[in-house]
Amino acid sequence: MSLEYAKNDWYAVADGAVLERGPYKTQLLGTELTVSGPIDNPTVTDANGKRYPLQHRYSHVWTAIGDSPRPLFDIPEGDEPGRVLVPVGVVRVKCSPLRAVENFLDIAHFPFVHTDILGAEPHTEVVPYKAEIRDDLEEVWATQVKFFQPQASKSAGGGIITEYEYRVPAPTAAVLYKTCPPKPEFKDVIAIFVQPRSEEECDVWPWMALYDETSTYPELVQFQQEIFLQDRSILENQRPIKLPLDPKLEIPTRADMTSIAYRRWLKRRGATYGALTADA
Amino acid sequence: MTAFTLYNYVLSGNCYKVRLMASLLGVDYKIRAVNFYPGFEHRSEDILALNPAGTLPILMAGDLVLADSAAMLAWLALNHDASGRWYPAADPVLGPQVQHWLAFSGRLTNSAGLARLEAILNWPVDSETVRKAAVKDLRELELMLTDRVLEGRTWLVGDQPTIADIACFPYVALSPDAGLEHDGYPAIRNWLYAVRSLPSFVTMPGIHELHELRETSDA
Repeated sequence: MSLEYAKNDWYAVADGAVLERGPYKTQLLGTELTVSGPIDNPTVTDANGKRYPLQHRYSHVWTAIGDSPRPLFDIPEGDEPGRVLVPVGVVRVKCSPLRAVENFLDIAHFPFVHTDILGAEPHTEVVPYKAEIRDDLEEVWATQVKFFQPQASKSAGGGIITEYEYRVPAPTAAVLYKTCPPKPEFKDVIAIFVQPRSEEECDVWPWMALYDETSTYPELVQFQQEIFLQDRSILENQRPIKLPLDPKLEIPTRADMTSIAYRRWLKRRGATYGALTADA
Repeated sequence: MTAFTLYNYVLSGNCYKVRLMASLLGVDYKIRAVNFYPGFEHRSEDILALNPAGTLPILMAGDLVLADSAAMLAWLALNHDASGRWYPAADPVLGPQVQHWLAFSGRLTNSAGLARLEAILNWPVDSETVRKAAVKDLRELELMLTDRVLEGRTWLVGDQPTIADIACFPYVALSPDAGLEHDGYPAIRNWLYAVRSLPSFVTMPGIHELHELRETSDA
Protein backbone atom coordinates (compact mmCIF):
# COMPACT_ATOMS: atom_id res chain seq x y z
CA MET A 1 0.00 0.00 0.00
CA SER A 2 1.09 3.52 -0.61
CA LEU A 3 -0.46 5.70 2.03
CA GLU A 4 1.98 8.51 1.32
CA TYR A 5 0.90 8.70 -2.32
CA ALA A 6 -2.78 8.59 -1.40
CA LYS A 7 -2.47 11.35 1.21
CA ASN A 8 -1.60 13.88 -1.50
CA ASP A 9 -4.81 13.45 -3.46
CA TRP A 10 -7.98 15.41 -2.72
CA TYR A 11 -11.09 13.56 -1.54
CA ALA A 12 -14.76 14.49 -1.20
CA VAL A 13 -15.54 14.12 2.51
CA ALA A 14 -18.88 15.91 2.98
CA ASP A 15 -21.80 17.47 1.15
CA GLY A 16 -24.35 20.11 2.11
CA ALA A 17 -26.85 17.54 3.35
CA VAL A 18 -24.57 16.01 6.01
CA LEU A 19 -23.29 19.42 7.16
CA GLU A 20 -26.84 20.68 7.69
CA ARG A 21 -27.15 18.15 10.51
CA GLY A 22 -24.17 19.44 12.47
CA PRO A 23 -20.49 18.48 12.68
CA TYR A 24 -19.86 15.42 10.55
CA LYS A 25 -17.46 12.75 11.80
CA THR A 26 -15.79 10.69 9.16
CA GLN A 27 -12.61 8.82 8.31
CA LEU A 28 -10.12 9.32 5.50
CA LEU A 29 -7.17 6.99 4.83
CA GLY A 30 -7.47 5.71 8.40
CA THR A 31 -7.49 9.22 9.93
CA GLU A 32 -10.55 10.36 11.91
CA LEU A 33 -11.79 13.74 10.67
CA THR A 34 -14.56 16.14 11.64
CA VAL A 35 -16.09 18.41 9.03
CA SER A 36 -18.03 21.33 10.53
CA GLY A 37 -19.75 24.49 9.45
CA PRO A 38 -21.81 25.46 6.41
CA ILE A 39 -20.78 24.00 3.06
CA ASP A 40 -19.49 27.34 1.77
CA ASN A 41 -17.30 27.91 4.83
CA PRO A 42 -16.45 24.62 6.52
CA THR A 43 -13.47 23.41 8.52
CA VAL A 44 -11.82 19.99 8.46
CA THR A 45 -9.97 18.92 11.60
CA ASP A 46 -8.54 15.72 13.03
CA ALA A 47 -8.77 14.41 16.61
CA ASN A 48 -5.84 16.61 17.68
CA GLY A 49 -7.48 19.73 16.32
CA LYS A 50 -5.13 19.97 13.34
CA ARG A 51 -6.82 21.77 10.44
CA TYR A 52 -6.55 20.54 6.88
CA PRO A 53 -6.88 22.45 3.59
CA LEU A 54 -10.21 22.26 1.84
CA GLN A 55 -12.05 23.30 -1.29
CA HIS A 56 -15.73 23.44 -2.15
CA ARG A 57 -16.10 21.93 -5.65
CA TYR A 58 -18.73 19.85 -7.45
CA SER A 59 -21.26 20.14 -4.58
CA HIS A 60 -18.82 18.60 -2.08
CA VAL A 61 -16.20 19.59 0.47
CA TRP A 62 -12.78 18.23 -0.56
CA THR A 63 -9.74 17.82 1.62
CA ALA A 64 -6.21 16.42 1.41
CA ILE A 65 -4.23 15.31 4.44
CA GLY A 66 -0.74 15.15 2.86
CA ASP A 67 1.83 17.98 2.90
CA SER A 68 1.96 18.63 -0.85
CA PRO A 69 -1.35 17.73 -2.52
CA ARG A 70 -1.54 17.39 -6.28
CA PRO A 71 -4.12 19.76 -7.84
CA LEU A 72 -7.76 18.64 -7.79
CA PHE A 73 -8.91 17.59 -11.26
CA ASP A 74 -11.18 19.79 -13.31
CA ILE A 75 -14.72 18.91 -14.44
CA PRO A 76 -15.58 21.98 -16.54
CA GLU A 77 -19.15 20.76 -17.18
CA GLY A 78 -19.84 21.27 -13.47
CA ASP A 79 -19.80 25.04 -14.10
CA GLU A 80 -21.99 25.05 -17.23
CA PRO A 81 -25.19 27.00 -16.62
CA GLY A 82 -28.38 25.02 -17.25
CA ARG A 83 -27.16 21.75 -15.80
CA VAL A 84 -28.86 20.35 -12.72
CA LEU A 85 -26.18 19.48 -10.17
CA VAL A 86 -27.20 16.42 -8.18
CA PRO A 87 -25.17 15.32 -5.17
CA VAL A 88 -26.59 11.85 -4.51
CA GLY A 89 -25.52 11.49 -0.86
CA VAL A 90 -23.00 9.05 0.54
CA VAL A 91 -23.12 5.26 0.49
CA ARG A 92 -20.78 3.12 2.58
CA VAL A 93 -19.31 0.05 0.93
CA LYS A 94 -17.01 -2.53 2.47
CA CYS A 95 -14.69 -2.83 -0.50
CA SER A 96 -11.42 -1.40 -1.73
CA PRO A 97 -11.86 2.17 -3.02
CA LEU A 98 -10.15 1.03 -6.22
CA ARG A 99 -12.70 -1.76 -6.73
CA ALA A 100 -15.48 0.83 -6.49
CA VAL A 101 -13.87 2.87 -9.28
CA GLU A 102 -13.15 -0.17 -11.42
CA ASN A 103 -16.76 -1.35 -11.17
CA PHE A 104 -17.94 2.10 -12.28
CA LEU A 105 -15.78 1.74 -15.42
CA ASP A 106 -17.18 -1.66 -16.36
CA ILE A 107 -19.98 -1.99 -18.89
CA ALA A 108 -20.08 -5.77 -19.30
CA HIS A 109 -22.09 -6.15 -16.07
CA PHE A 110 -24.93 -3.81 -17.11
CA PRO A 111 -27.39 -6.44 -18.44
CA PHE A 112 -26.88 -8.68 -15.42
CA VAL A 113 -26.72 -6.23 -12.51
CA HIS A 114 -28.69 -3.26 -13.86
CA THR A 115 -31.22 -5.38 -15.72
CA ASP A 116 -33.77 -3.43 -17.78
CA ILE A 117 -32.15 -0.10 -16.86
CA LEU A 118 -28.57 0.09 -18.13
CA GLY A 119 -28.69 -3.18 -20.02
CA ALA A 120 -30.81 -6.17 -20.90
CA GLU A 121 -30.35 -9.62 -22.27
CA PRO A 122 -29.76 -10.59 -25.03
CA HIS A 123 -27.91 -7.29 -25.68
CA THR A 124 -24.83 -8.34 -23.74
CA GLU A 125 -22.07 -7.78 -26.28
CA VAL A 126 -19.39 -5.23 -25.47
CA VAL A 127 -18.35 -3.94 -28.89
CA PRO A 128 -14.70 -2.90 -29.24
CA TYR A 129 -13.83 0.52 -27.83
CA LYS A 130 -10.68 2.46 -27.13
CA ALA A 131 -8.91 2.63 -23.77
CA GLU A 132 -5.75 4.65 -23.20
CA ILE A 133 -3.51 6.30 -20.64
CA ARG A 134 -3.18 9.95 -21.62
CA ASP A 135 -0.62 12.71 -21.18
CA ASP A 136 2.24 11.30 -19.15
CA LEU A 137 0.08 9.21 -16.82
CA GLU A 138 -2.30 12.08 -16.06
CA GLU A 139 -5.59 10.28 -16.79
CA VAL A 140 -7.16 7.06 -18.06
CA TRP A 141 -9.78 7.43 -20.81
CA ALA A 142 -12.11 4.99 -22.51
CA THR A 143 -13.81 6.32 -25.64
CA GLN A 144 -16.14 5.12 -28.41
CA VAL A 145 -18.02 2.95 -25.95
CA LYS A 146 -21.46 2.03 -27.25
CA PHE A 147 -24.08 -0.01 -25.46
CA PHE A 148 -27.78 -0.75 -25.85
CA GLN A 149 -29.67 0.52 -22.84
CA PRO A 150 -33.38 0.01 -22.09
CA GLN A 151 -33.53 3.11 -19.85
CA ALA A 152 -30.18 4.90 -20.07
CA SER A 153 -31.24 7.80 -17.88
CA LYS A 154 -34.30 9.28 -16.25
CA SER A 155 -34.79 11.47 -19.33
CA ALA A 156 -34.57 8.62 -21.87
CA GLY A 157 -38.02 7.62 -23.09
CA GLY A 158 -37.10 4.05 -24.03
CA GLY A 159 -34.25 1.87 -25.25
CA ILE A 160 -31.37 3.65 -27.02
CA ILE A 161 -27.80 2.97 -28.08
CA THR A 162 -25.92 5.04 -25.55
CA GLU A 163 -22.46 6.43 -26.22
CA TYR A 164 -20.12 6.61 -23.30
CA GLU A 165 -16.77 8.12 -22.51
CA TYR A 166 -15.06 7.28 -19.25
CA ARG A 167 -12.39 9.30 -17.58
CA VAL A 168 -10.32 8.51 -14.50
CA PRO A 169 -8.79 11.82 -13.38
CA ALA A 170 -7.54 10.52 -10.00
CA PRO A 171 -7.12 7.04 -8.52
CA THR A 172 -10.39 7.20 -6.57
CA ALA A 173 -12.59 9.25 -8.89
CA ALA A 174 -14.26 8.42 -12.17
CA VAL A 175 -16.29 10.56 -14.54
CA LEU A 176 -18.68 9.27 -17.16
CA TYR A 177 -19.90 11.29 -20.14
CA LYS A 178 -22.96 9.79 -21.78
CA THR A 179 -25.55 10.60 -24.40
CA CYS A 180 -27.98 13.16 -23.07
CA PRO A 181 -31.32 12.10 -24.57
CA PRO A 182 -33.06 15.54 -24.56
CA LYS A 183 -29.92 17.41 -25.76
CA PRO A 184 -27.93 15.19 -28.14
CA GLU A 185 -25.26 17.88 -28.64
CA PHE A 186 -24.35 17.67 -24.95
CA LYS A 187 -23.21 14.87 -22.70
CA ASP A 188 -24.61 14.13 -19.27
CA VAL A 189 -21.92 13.92 -16.62
CA ILE A 190 -22.08 11.26 -13.91
CA ALA A 191 -19.22 10.85 -11.48
CA ILE A 192 -18.28 8.94 -8.39
CA PHE A 193 -16.00 10.48 -5.83
CA VAL A 194 -14.69 7.69 -3.64
CA GLN A 195 -13.52 8.54 -0.13
CA PRO A 196 -11.20 5.77 1.10
CA ARG A 197 -11.94 5.22 4.80
CA SER A 198 -9.32 2.47 4.76
CA GLU A 199 -7.94 0.10 2.14
CA GLU A 200 -11.00 -2.11 2.52
CA GLU A 201 -13.85 0.31 3.19
CA CYS A 202 -15.02 3.42 1.40
CA ASP A 203 -17.70 6.08 1.38
CA VAL A 204 -18.90 6.76 -2.14
CA TRP A 205 -20.36 10.13 -3.19
CA PRO A 206 -22.07 9.82 -6.57
CA TRP A 207 -22.63 13.16 -8.32
CA MET A 208 -24.33 14.21 -11.54
CA ALA A 209 -24.44 17.29 -13.77
CA LEU A 210 -27.35 16.79 -16.15
CA TYR A 211 -29.67 18.47 -18.58
CA ASP A 212 -33.10 17.23 -17.54
CA GLU A 213 -36.17 19.44 -17.42
CA THR A 214 -38.77 16.73 -16.99
CA SER A 215 -37.70 14.65 -13.98
CA THR A 216 -38.22 15.81 -10.43
CA TYR A 217 -35.11 16.20 -8.31
CA PRO A 218 -36.01 13.21 -6.08
CA GLU A 219 -36.43 11.09 -9.22
CA LEU A 220 -32.92 12.00 -10.39
CA VAL A 221 -31.42 11.18 -6.99
CA GLN A 222 -33.24 7.87 -6.74
CA PHE A 223 -32.38 6.81 -10.28
CA GLN A 224 -28.69 7.01 -9.42
CA GLN A 225 -29.10 5.53 -5.93
CA GLU A 226 -30.97 2.56 -7.34
CA ILE A 227 -28.14 1.85 -9.78
CA PHE A 228 -25.39 2.32 -7.23
CA LEU A 229 -27.09 0.10 -4.66
CA GLN A 230 -27.41 -2.63 -7.28
CA ASP A 231 -23.62 -2.54 -7.48
CA ARG A 232 -23.05 -2.44 -3.74
CA SER A 233 -23.81 -6.07 -2.93
CA ILE A 234 -21.60 -7.19 -5.83
CA LEU A 235 -18.74 -4.97 -4.64
CA GLU A 236 -18.91 -6.28 -1.08
CA ASN A 237 -18.59 -9.83 -2.34
CA GLN A 238 -15.56 -9.39 -4.59
CA ARG A 239 -12.50 -11.37 -3.49
CA PRO A 240 -9.75 -10.62 -2.85
CA ILE A 241 -11.07 -7.45 -1.25
CA LYS A 242 -8.09 -5.42 -2.48
CA LEU A 243 -7.66 -4.84 -6.20
CA PRO A 244 -4.99 -7.12 -7.69
CA LEU A 245 -2.58 -5.26 -9.97
CA ASP A 246 -0.69 -8.34 -11.08
CA PRO A 247 -2.36 -9.51 -14.33
CA LYS A 248 -1.66 -13.11 -13.34
CA LEU A 249 -4.12 -12.91 -10.43
CA GLU A 250 -7.29 -12.06 -12.35
CA ILE A 251 -7.66 -12.89 -16.02
CA PRO A 252 -9.03 -9.95 -17.99
CA THR A 253 -10.91 -10.24 -21.28
CA ARG A 254 -11.20 -7.85 -24.19
CA ALA A 255 -14.26 -6.20 -22.61
CA ASP A 256 -12.08 -5.23 -19.63
CA MET A 257 -9.71 -2.93 -21.53
CA THR A 258 -10.56 0.05 -19.35
CA SER A 259 -9.89 -1.96 -16.23
CA ILE A 260 -6.56 -3.16 -17.64
CA ALA A 261 -5.56 0.43 -18.40
CA TYR A 262 -6.73 1.58 -14.96
CA ARG A 263 -4.74 -1.10 -13.13
CA ARG A 264 -1.64 -0.45 -15.22
CA TRP A 265 -1.97 3.29 -14.60
CA LEU A 266 -2.34 2.79 -10.83
CA LYS A 267 0.77 0.63 -10.78
CA ARG A 268 2.85 3.08 -12.79
CA ARG A 269 1.82 6.01 -10.61
CA GLY A 270 2.42 4.04 -7.44
CA ALA A 271 -1.20 4.64 -6.43
CA THR A 272 -1.52 1.34 -4.63
CA TYR A 273 -3.59 2.23 -1.55
CA GLY A 274 -6.38 -0.39 -1.71
CA ALA A 275 -4.43 -2.55 -4.17
CA LEU A 276 -3.11 -6.06 -3.68
CA THR A 277 0.60 -5.77 -4.34
CA ALA A 278 3.57 -8.05 -3.86
CA ASP A 279 4.53 -6.37 -0.59
CA ALA A 280 0.98 -6.48 0.85
CA MET B 1 -56.77 4.30 -14.32
CA THR B 2 -54.33 3.83 -11.50
CA ALA B 3 -55.52 2.45 -8.18
CA PHE B 4 -53.37 4.57 -5.90
CA THR B 5 -50.36 6.86 -5.55
CA LEU B 6 -47.35 5.60 -3.61
CA TYR B 7 -45.01 8.07 -1.94
CA ASN B 8 -41.91 6.05 -2.56
CA TYR B 9 -38.23 5.80 -1.75
CA VAL B 10 -36.45 3.37 -4.01
CA LEU B 11 -34.12 1.90 -1.34
CA SER B 12 -36.79 1.39 1.35
CA GLY B 13 -37.82 -2.19 2.06
CA ASN B 14 -41.21 -1.03 3.33
CA CYS B 15 -41.89 0.87 0.09
CA TYR B 16 -40.70 -2.15 -1.88
CA LYS B 17 -43.16 -4.53 -0.19
CA VAL B 18 -46.06 -2.40 -1.43
CA ARG B 19 -44.64 -2.31 -4.97
CA LEU B 20 -44.12 -6.08 -4.77
CA MET B 21 -47.68 -6.77 -3.57
CA ALA B 22 -49.13 -4.48 -6.25
CA SER B 23 -47.13 -6.29 -8.91
CA LEU B 24 -48.19 -9.73 -7.65
CA LEU B 25 -51.83 -8.62 -7.82
CA GLY B 26 -51.42 -6.83 -11.16
CA VAL B 27 -52.47 -3.46 -9.72
CA ASP B 28 -51.36 -0.27 -11.53
CA TYR B 29 -50.30 2.73 -9.49
CA LYS B 30 -48.47 6.03 -9.69
CA ILE B 31 -45.20 6.78 -7.96
CA ARG B 32 -44.29 10.05 -6.29
CA ALA B 33 -40.54 9.90 -5.56
CA VAL B 34 -39.64 11.27 -2.13
CA ASN B 35 -36.06 12.37 -1.47
CA PHE B 36 -35.72 10.40 1.78
CA TYR B 37 -31.94 10.47 1.52
CA PRO B 38 -30.01 12.72 1.30
CA GLY B 39 -32.90 15.22 1.21
CA PHE B 40 -34.89 14.09 4.31
CA GLU B 41 -37.99 15.14 2.40
CA HIS B 42 -40.14 12.76 4.49
CA ARG B 43 -39.61 15.29 7.30
CA SER B 44 -40.80 18.21 5.15
CA GLU B 45 -44.02 20.03 6.05
CA ASP B 46 -45.90 18.71 3.03
CA ILE B 47 -45.15 15.08 3.79
CA LEU B 48 -45.62 15.43 7.56
CA ALA B 49 -49.08 16.84 6.85
CA LEU B 50 -49.92 13.51 5.21
CA ASN B 51 -48.08 11.35 7.73
CA PRO B 52 -47.15 12.97 11.05
CA ALA B 53 -44.96 9.94 11.84
CA GLY B 54 -42.58 11.04 9.09
CA THR B 55 -42.17 7.55 7.66
CA LEU B 56 -42.44 6.12 4.17
CA PRO B 57 -44.28 4.76 2.27
CA ILE B 58 -47.55 6.67 2.16
CA LEU B 59 -50.42 5.36 0.07
CA MET B 60 -53.17 7.62 -1.24
CA ALA B 61 -56.31 6.29 -2.89
CA GLY B 62 -58.98 8.96 -3.28
CA ASP B 63 -59.59 10.30 0.22
CA LEU B 64 -57.85 7.37 1.85
CA VAL B 65 -54.36 7.93 3.24
CA LEU B 66 -52.43 5.00 4.70
CA ALA B 67 -49.04 5.42 6.38
CA ASP B 68 -48.27 1.87 7.46
CA SER B 69 -46.95 -0.65 4.97
CA ALA B 70 -48.71 -3.63 6.62
CA ALA B 71 -52.02 -1.73 6.40
CA MET B 72 -51.28 -1.08 2.73
CA LEU B 73 -50.77 -4.79 2.05
CA ALA B 74 -54.11 -5.49 3.77
CA TRP B 75 -55.79 -2.75 1.74
CA LEU B 76 -54.35 -4.09 -1.52
CA ALA B 77 -55.45 -7.65 -0.77
CA LEU B 78 -58.93 -6.70 0.45
CA ASN B 79 -59.58 -4.47 -2.57
CA HIS B 80 -57.70 -6.14 -5.40
CA ASP B 81 -57.60 -9.87 -4.71
CA ALA B 82 -60.93 -11.43 -5.62
CA SER B 83 -59.68 -14.87 -4.55
CA GLY B 84 -59.23 -13.68 -0.96
CA ARG B 85 -56.22 -15.95 -0.53
CA TRP B 86 -53.60 -13.22 0.03
CA TYR B 87 -55.36 -12.02 3.18
CA PRO B 88 -57.72 -14.60 4.74
CA ALA B 89 -58.90 -11.95 7.20
CA ALA B 90 -62.14 -13.65 8.20
CA ASP B 91 -60.61 -17.07 8.87
CA PRO B 92 -60.60 -17.53 12.67
CA VAL B 93 -57.17 -19.21 12.64
CA LEU B 94 -55.35 -17.92 9.55
CA GLY B 95 -56.51 -14.30 10.00
CA PRO B 96 -54.90 -13.86 13.43
CA GLN B 97 -51.78 -15.73 12.27
CA VAL B 98 -51.39 -13.19 9.47
CA GLN B 99 -51.71 -10.45 12.10
CA HIS B 100 -48.88 -12.05 14.08
CA TRP B 101 -46.53 -11.88 11.11
CA LEU B 102 -47.55 -8.34 10.20
CA ALA B 103 -46.50 -7.36 13.72
CA PHE B 104 -43.29 -9.36 13.32
CA SER B 105 -42.57 -7.45 10.10
CA GLY B 106 -42.65 -4.25 12.18
CA ARG B 107 -39.98 -5.73 14.45
CA LEU B 108 -37.87 -6.57 11.40
CA THR B 109 -38.06 -2.93 10.25
CA ASN B 110 -36.57 -1.85 13.57
CA SER B 111 -33.92 -4.58 13.70
CA ALA B 112 -32.66 -5.81 10.31
CA GLY B 113 -34.05 -2.70 8.59
CA LEU B 114 -32.16 -0.28 10.84
CA ALA B 115 -29.00 -2.41 10.75
CA ARG B 116 -29.12 -2.07 6.98
CA LEU B 117 -29.66 1.70 7.07
CA GLU B 118 -26.70 2.00 9.42
CA ALA B 119 -24.48 -0.11 7.17
CA ILE B 120 -25.41 1.63 3.92
CA LEU B 121 -26.20 5.22 4.88
CA ASN B 122 -24.42 5.53 8.24
CA TRP B 123 -27.79 5.99 9.96
CA PRO B 124 -27.43 7.32 13.53
CA VAL B 125 -28.46 4.17 15.43
CA ASP B 126 -26.53 1.96 17.82
CA SER B 127 -25.06 -0.56 15.45
CA GLU B 128 -24.50 -3.31 18.01
CA THR B 129 -28.03 -3.07 19.47
CA VAL B 130 -29.85 -3.25 16.14
CA ARG B 131 -27.59 -5.99 14.82
CA LYS B 132 -28.19 -8.12 17.91
CA ALA B 133 -31.94 -7.59 17.56
CA ALA B 134 -31.72 -8.49 13.86
CA VAL B 135 -29.91 -11.77 14.58
CA LYS B 136 -32.50 -12.61 17.25
CA ASP B 137 -35.35 -11.96 14.79
CA LEU B 138 -33.68 -13.95 12.02
CA ARG B 139 -33.16 -16.91 14.39
CA GLU B 140 -36.78 -16.77 15.51
CA LEU B 141 -37.96 -16.75 11.91
CA GLU B 142 -35.58 -19.60 11.04
CA LEU B 143 -37.07 -21.73 13.84
CA MET B 144 -40.65 -20.98 12.82
CA LEU B 145 -39.90 -21.72 9.17
CA THR B 146 -38.10 -24.94 10.12
CA ASP B 147 -41.26 -26.06 11.93
CA ARG B 148 -43.26 -25.21 8.82
CA VAL B 149 -40.91 -27.27 6.63
CA LEU B 150 -41.29 -30.25 9.00
CA GLU B 151 -45.05 -29.92 8.51
CA GLY B 152 -44.49 -30.02 4.76
CA ARG B 153 -45.38 -26.36 4.27
CA THR B 154 -43.61 -23.51 2.49
CA TRP B 155 -45.36 -20.30 3.57
CA LEU B 156 -45.71 -18.54 6.92
CA VAL B 157 -49.48 -19.03 7.14
CA GLY B 158 -51.66 -21.73 5.63
CA ASP B 159 -50.84 -23.41 2.34
CA GLN B 160 -50.52 -20.36 0.13
CA PRO B 161 -48.49 -17.17 0.10
CA THR B 162 -50.17 -14.36 2.03
CA ILE B 163 -49.45 -10.74 2.85
CA ALA B 164 -47.59 -12.15 5.90
CA ASP B 165 -44.86 -13.47 3.60
CA ILE B 166 -44.69 -10.25 1.61
CA ALA B 167 -44.54 -8.13 4.79
CA CYS B 168 -41.62 -10.10 6.25
CA PHE B 169 -39.72 -10.75 3.02
CA PRO B 170 -37.87 -7.47 2.27
CA TYR B 171 -35.81 -6.84 5.41
CA VAL B 172 -34.95 -10.54 5.71
CA ALA B 173 -33.87 -10.68 2.06
CA LEU B 174 -31.88 -7.45 2.44
CA SER B 175 -30.02 -8.38 5.63
CA PRO B 176 -26.79 -9.21 3.71
CA ASP B 177 -26.63 -5.45 2.94
CA ALA B 178 -25.69 -5.16 6.62
CA GLY B 179 -23.32 -8.13 6.47
CA LEU B 180 -25.96 -10.42 8.04
CA GLU B 181 -25.61 -13.29 5.59
CA HIS B 182 -28.15 -16.08 5.11
CA ASP B 183 -25.65 -18.96 5.17
CA GLY B 184 -26.68 -20.09 8.65
CA TYR B 185 -30.42 -19.97 7.90
CA PRO B 186 -31.37 -22.77 5.48
CA ALA B 187 -35.13 -22.53 6.11
CA ILE B 188 -35.04 -18.77 5.50
CA ARG B 189 -33.11 -19.31 2.27
CA ASN B 190 -35.69 -21.82 1.11
CA TRP B 191 -38.55 -19.43 1.90
CA LEU B 192 -36.81 -16.46 0.21
CA TYR B 193 -36.41 -18.60 -2.87
CA ALA B 194 -40.13 -19.45 -2.81
CA VAL B 195 -41.09 -15.75 -2.63
CA ARG B 196 -38.72 -14.87 -5.46
CA SER B 197 -40.30 -17.64 -7.55
CA LEU B 198 -43.78 -16.07 -7.43
CA PRO B 199 -45.20 -15.03 -10.81
CA SER B 200 -44.83 -11.25 -11.40
CA PHE B 201 -42.17 -10.95 -8.68
CA VAL B 202 -40.24 -7.67 -8.90
CA THR B 203 -36.76 -6.80 -7.63
CA MET B 204 -35.13 -3.94 -5.80
CA PRO B 205 -31.44 -3.14 -5.30
CA GLY B 206 -30.05 -5.96 -3.14
CA ILE B 207 -32.82 -8.41 -4.11
CA HIS B 208 -32.08 -10.14 -7.35
CA GLU B 209 -34.20 -11.94 -9.86
CA LEU B 210 -33.98 -15.72 -10.02
CA HIS B 211 -31.97 -15.67 -13.21
CA GLU B 212 -32.70 -19.26 -14.17
CA LEU B 213 -36.42 -18.55 -14.19
CA ARG B 214 -36.21 -15.75 -16.76
CA GLU B 215 -38.10 -16.46 -19.93
CA THR B 216 -35.91 -17.04 -22.93
CA SER B 217 -36.88 -16.75 -26.55
CA ASP B 218 -36.36 -20.45 -27.23
CA ALA B 219 -38.23 -21.62 -24.12
